[in-house]
Amino acid sequence: MKSKVNKKILNSVFLIALYILVQVMINIGIIDSYYELNLVIIGINIILAVSLNLITGFTGQFSLGHAAFMSIGAYTSAVITAKLNQPFILALILSGIVASIAGILIGIPTLRLKGDYLAIATLGFGEIVRVIAINTDYIGGAIGFNDIPKYTNWTWIFVSVIVTILLINRFLNSYHGRACIAIREDEIAAESMGINTTFYKVLAFAIGAFFAGIAGSLYANYFYFIKPDSFGFMKSIDILVIVVFGGIGSTFGSIIGAVSLSIISLFLQGIPELRMVIYSVILFVIMVYRQKGLLGKKEFKLFKNRKKVKLNVGAISK
Amino acid sequence: MWALSVNNLSKNFGGIKAIRNINVNIEKGKIIGLIGPNGAGKTTFFNLLTGIYSPTTGEIIYNLNSEVRTKDLKPHKIVHYGIARTFQNIRLFKEMTVLENILIGFHNRFKYGVGPALLRLPSYLKSEKNAYENAEELLDKFNLLDKKDELAKNLPYGDQRKLEIARALAAKPKLLLLDEPAAGMNPAETKELSELINWIREAFDLTIILIEHDMSLVMNICEEILVFDYGNLVAQGSPEEIQNNERVIKAYLGEEVEEC
Repeated sequence: MKSKVNKKILNSVFLIALYILVQVMINIGIIDSYYELNLVIIGINIILAVSLNLITGFTGQFSLGHAAFMSIGAYTSAVITAKLNQPFILALILSGIVASIAGILIGIPTLRLKGDYLAIATLGFGEIVRVIAINTDYIGGAIGFNDIPKYTNWTWIFVSVIVTILLINRFLNSYHGRACIAIREDEIAAESMGINTTFYKVLAFAIGAFFAGIAGSLYANYFYFIKPDSFGFMKSIDILVIVVFGGIGSTFGSIIGAVSLSIISLFLQGIPELRMVIYSVILFVIMVYRQKGLLGKKEFKLFKNRKKVKLNVGAISK
Repeated sequence: MWALSVNNLSKNFGGIKAIRNINVNIEKGKIIGLIGPNGAGKTTFFNLLTGIYSPTTGEIIYNLNSEVRTKDLKPHKIVHYGIARTFQNIRLFKEMTVLENILIGFHNRFKYGVGPALLRLPSYLKSEKNAYENAEELLDKFNLLDKKDELAKNLPYGDQRKLEIARALAAKPKLLLLDEPAAGMNPAETKELSELINWIREAFDLTIILIEHDMSLVMNICEEILVFDYGNLVAQGSPEEIQNNERVIKAYLGEEVEEC
């Protein structure tokens, strides 16, 4: 028990130290605005990948529409902060909620589909969101939404990433999360054990969409400017690639995937002609030699709460 | 007392009549065997009982936890009515541990919402603790406790069958449906299985219906046997009656051709 508590404290201390270290480096200018930009991108990618992993990796529902939820969150946040002049925290939470409602609405009719069919349906959903955004003048149409106030900084990114990982991890370690994993493993058996599969698929979709909406909000309030094409089909594929690269069904894998792929594309930015080629080759090699992604289903100890929970609850009884 | 009453039950798949007008009452507390040649409709019958298919005509009345009469049974509701099942081709959650497989069986007993889980409230910690303890207790009864942290897919075949039965029992059923539990087992394993089935019936106070092709197992442990052929219920009775029933012999061996 004592060592577990110590470990928890140690983890918290490490995270706080990391936060302070980066913040100080930003303040004294070691991390300039270019590197800060990349930190923000990495953070947003982590949130997107971890939330998509809940839908695709853990619940087993192949979704190609994750960027659409991000888009909904981004536009919601833009409207609330730029048009209505409301505080950022309100915009952030509402972005998540609106994206989540969209997730439920799209989830109820499409989640009875399986595999390829679901992928095509979510792909269609992504296009619908994009076309609606292009044709709505209130949010700038095809030209894009300008002059969004810049609120997102290292603090917002850091807190959002930690909260996302913590909550999704806790969800997965509850009976709700286990039900989602059971659906991935065998839907018929899960149903015969009393799991309402439609409910849990929609729930996973709603939670995943919520955090994608948060990521969208962080994105919109960092880059001043958003346009519908930023959240197209290719963005959904980008997120999916991170999840597959890191390991389908591993939260820590998604984090590693988001960080390493963001850094790889950062280094390749200097050679734009070769960037996509090298990127593709790296993916190719991963798929040939590690089909299950870098980490497969393995979890880093920090995230592997299965045993930890047991020990913690065991200690209570003593 | 009957556990299950089936009235005029039929199921058609297009032009194929998989189940034809079956009427049968299943008595509480018995082990009932369901036999018949391949394609006789045994698994279809199970799938009708568990709501995976809905009947073309007829109805099933369950009298397990309370009397339920329903036309449109959702598969995830059957646990609530007191039914659990295993599958012909083992359907474990392969990438989950043995213990987690059992925890899925407890699914309907958990009460806490998503909020308490995210905040790790006492209600979450308490019911998780209870569930882990109960799961270990159950695994201990099945001699699987030392393998609780192994992935289900890594268990030997016999243990996978056992785990599937244990998982079904975790849902606290009154009626257990076993679809070919002895498939792929050698005679020694089959013997062990028949002892296991007898034991769980007593220990968990169950009614058991099992589909099986291994006649030694069926004749050994079943108190009543239902024989299916081409979707019809052709015979019902004790093992001795079934062994001497002409229609059953005809279903299995065919008719003798009169030689001229």
